[in-house]
Amino acid sequence: MFKAIGRLFTRVKEGLAKTRARIGGALRTLIGAGRAIDRQFLQQLEDTLLAADIGVAKTDEILAELKRSYRDGEVAKGEDLLAFLKKTLRDELAAEGSDLQRAASGPTVVLVVGVNGAGKTTTIAKLAKRLTGEGRTVLIGAGDTYRAAAIEQLAIWAERAGVELVKSHQGADAAAVAYDAVAAAEARGCDYVLIDTAGRLHNKEHLMRELEKLRRVIQKRIPSAPHETLLVLDGTAGQNAVQQAKVFKEAMGVTGLVVTKLDGTAKGGAAITVRRELGLPVKFIGVGEGMDDLQPFDPDAFIAAIFGDQE
Amino acid sequence: MFEHIAERFGSIFDRLRHGTKLSEDNIRDGLQEVRKALLEADVNVQVVRDFIAKVEAKAVGQQILQGVAPGQQVVQIVHDELITLMGEADATIPYAKHGPTVILMAGLQGSGKTTTCAKVARLLIEQGKRPLLVAADLQRPAAIEQLKVLGAQVGAPVFHEPGCKAPELCARGLARAELDNRDVVILDTAGRLHVDDALMTEVAEIHSRTKPHQTWLVLDAMTGQDAVVSAKAFNDRLPLDGVVVTKLDGDARGGAIVSMRAVTGKPIKFVGVGEKMDGLQPFFPDRYARRILGMGDILSFVEKAQGAVDEKQAKHIEERILKNKFDLADFQAQLQTITKMGSLKDLLGLIPGIGAKFSAVNIDETIFKKYQVIIGSMTKHERSRPDLIEMSRRRRIAMGSGTTTNDVSALLKHFDAMKKVMGKFGDIQEMAKKLPDQPELTPEQLANPGAFMPDPNALFRKPVDKDALKRYRQERKKKAKLKKANKR
Ligand SMILES: Nc1nc2c(ncn2[C@@H]2O[C@H](COP(=O)(O)OP(=O)(O)OP(=O)(O)O)[C@@H](O)[C@H]2O)c(=O)[nH]1
Ligand SMILES: Nc1nc2c(ncn2[C@@H]2O[C@H](COP(=O)(O)OP(=O)(O)O)[C@@H](O)[C@H]2O)c(=O)[nH]1
Ligand SMILES: [Mg+2]
Ligand SMILES: [Mg+2]
Repeated sequence: MFKAIGRLFTRVKEGLAKTRARIGGALRTLIGAGRAIDRQFLQQLEDTLLAADIGVAKTDEILAELKRSYRDGEVAKGEDLLAFLKKTLRDELAAEGSDLQRAASGPTVVLVVGVNGAGKTTTIAKLAKRLTGEGRTVLIGAGDTYRAAAIEQLAIWAERAGVELVKSHQGADAAAVAYDAVAAAEARGCDYVLIDTAGRLHNKEHLMRELEKLRRVIQKRIPSAPHETLLVLDGTAGQNAVQQAKVFKEAMGVTGLVVTKLDGTAKGGAAITVRRELGLPVKFIGVGEGMDDLQPFDPDAFIAAIFGDQE
Repeated sequence: MFEHIAERFGSIFDRLRHGTKLSEDNIRDGLQEVRKALLEADVNVQVVRDFIAKVEAKAVGQQILQGVAPGQQVVQIVHDELITLMGEADATIPYAKHGPTVILMAGLQGSGKTTTCAKVARLLIEQGKRPLLVAADLQRPAAIEQLKVLGAQVGAPVFHEPGCKAPELCARGLARAELDNRDVVILDTAGRLHVDDALMTEVAEIHSRTKPHQTWLVLDAMTGQDAVVSAKAFNDRLPLDGVVVTKLDGDARGGAIVSMRAVTGKPIKFVGVGEKMDGLQPFFPDRYARRILGMGDILSFVEKAQGAVDEKQAKHIEERILKNKFDLADFQAQLQTITKMGSLKDLLGLIPGIGAKFSAVNIDETIFKKYQVIIGSMTKHERSRPDLIEMSRRRRIAMGSGTTTNDVSALLKHFDAMKKVMGKFGDIQEMAKKLPDQPELTPEQLANPGAFMPDPNALFRKPVDKDALKRYRQERKKKAKLKKANKR
């Protein structure tokens, strides 16, 4: 058990180390001891933030704030600046808490949505593994009835995670599958039912309507469901992530984010923008393709990793 | 965003007289907006920096031209430079002289490799080729099954052999293609992160064993700044020949396209514009230059319209309109065309300068569907003679279509007006005929794309009925008279 945790920790560290290597590395060379803050310095800082997908607006805001602090004498040198930056970003991500909502009674329904290829299905597998590890009973609903072999993909994951799968066939009504899954979870007294959905681009209105319908149909069975609607964001995504989150939130009442693929060099900075503009908390991050590669979101670790001071 | 750029340049240059030279000072603010637009579109920071420097160098010292707003002059330079940066359209596939041509598809997880493999196979089959798909993603659960399903959809065989590693599998696929007289082999590989050494070595090995004639990087259009990092890494390990950018049917501005060319020097071969197998297009740099600058994508609009409109049917209906024979059956065909084009709002969103304004307007699209259902419940005779549909028929039609007699009446009442509205549909066709052949947009048009676009509202607006008010007043008078008479 401890070994497993240890391994997990190493993996995260490895993943984040790659992240750190870039942004942290750039910043470290930037912040030589006692380095004064001048135009060139600000320029490099700006580039660093932009390269993390934090976005122009947010970057401008941070720089303006920084300049103000500099004028007020709060920040004078590069080292102070790092602390300042960390605090600014940390404030954005304040008090997340990655616990999933629980239903007052009956199964907790978790709906997983997002654009194509973001990592929804894999995230469901990871969540199933995680929850069963905590001693919960989990059932999965194969709500992606559109993409080729999506059901087969999820079936393999369900088997690996050792949880039951409710499925139909490709082309079947996704809402009906979701309903059946919820009903089955109720009948079996499961703690959680995780529902996969087909990837869809948020600008396709008919597909968004279809998703709304799926939610309504679930509510026929459990009016308070879904108790958690997780939007999966690809960690490599740029500014479009904000638009995705906006539309999905509006249509589906998204309650939290999962940011995937942070085991690469992408920093997932867009999630900070999403958090800031839409107030959606990041609940988990994905750091690999395996079932164990899901981490509760830890803002301190996230920021520490970005700035590369987590030795 | 684009409005911002134009505005910025506009307000600065308003103060300048013609004949003045463009200088660093007077274009700085405008270029700042360009920079912002590019960054918001996810063009890489460094690429943006180089680009702005280039534009500045080009612009500074230029005489402000007579009759052209100086802002527009700079916007034109920006636009042209962006196109230059993205490079020529090049969707060619150089085929091998002997034996099968091998295409290797590589990229990050979930970028769209498998889908693209099948789409390319479909395209090749259309061109008379005999492609073989090789399922070499041994990583993602059911990846092989996915390719098999898609392969069956497009009519391309899929090769897979369990029990061997990916490079060996690909080599065997190649051998099989030769045996089966297949002239193109498309290798679908597992998604991999550029920092995953083991998997990068694997794909390099696939490459060295199969010696692909074309190696393409498949990139998600929504990718942010990391696009250049991964593309560079892939390009270092694999000699790339081109890039396929997917999911451009979304609303991401797709700045990664620009970075790709700048960083790898390789052309964008195709773009993916849908989950379905027909969602693959050659790449047109000018189109995406406008999109990245936030100027909308007018050509996509036209193309969509073209795709949905059946020429023969359109001609037929046009004639019927001219002969005043347009009936409910034609109306239904028209409604189907519109529905086929997708969401009106989405479509309007593609038109520069209009999309944003339109997002607030609510177009009730459900009504088109409702009308279709209602017409679907009519007899052939009723469709051709809507005037014969009296109350009892209305009741029956309402029953059959799950609507109310009010709905049926509303449809019929709107029919005359809609006839004319649908007639306007011809405008889109006209547009489609004209636009793609248009030479480069003039700076004027560039700066104000809305100005040369037909008013899309007109397409869907009910024609103003001048006589209606008169009739209404007469009616009211009559009623008042009648009331008076009754009182007495
Ligand atoms: N490296 C890495 N890969 C991931 C992660 N999460 C998912 N993936 C991979 O990304 C690809 C897409 O993941 P899926 O879970 O199938 O994504 P999806 O959102 O369900 O995709 P669609 O259903 O096709 O829209 C797969 O190859 C996954 O293995 C992650 O955290 N890190
Ligand atoms: N909307 C849209 N979806 C796409 C496009 N290309 C691929 N997809 C979807 O993106 C997801 C991932 O694609 P897939 O081919 O499995 O990616 P791979 O992991 O790289 O092989 C699937 O849901 C596809 O249907 C595209 O051009 N547009
Ligand atoms: Mg999926
Ligand atoms: Mg694949």
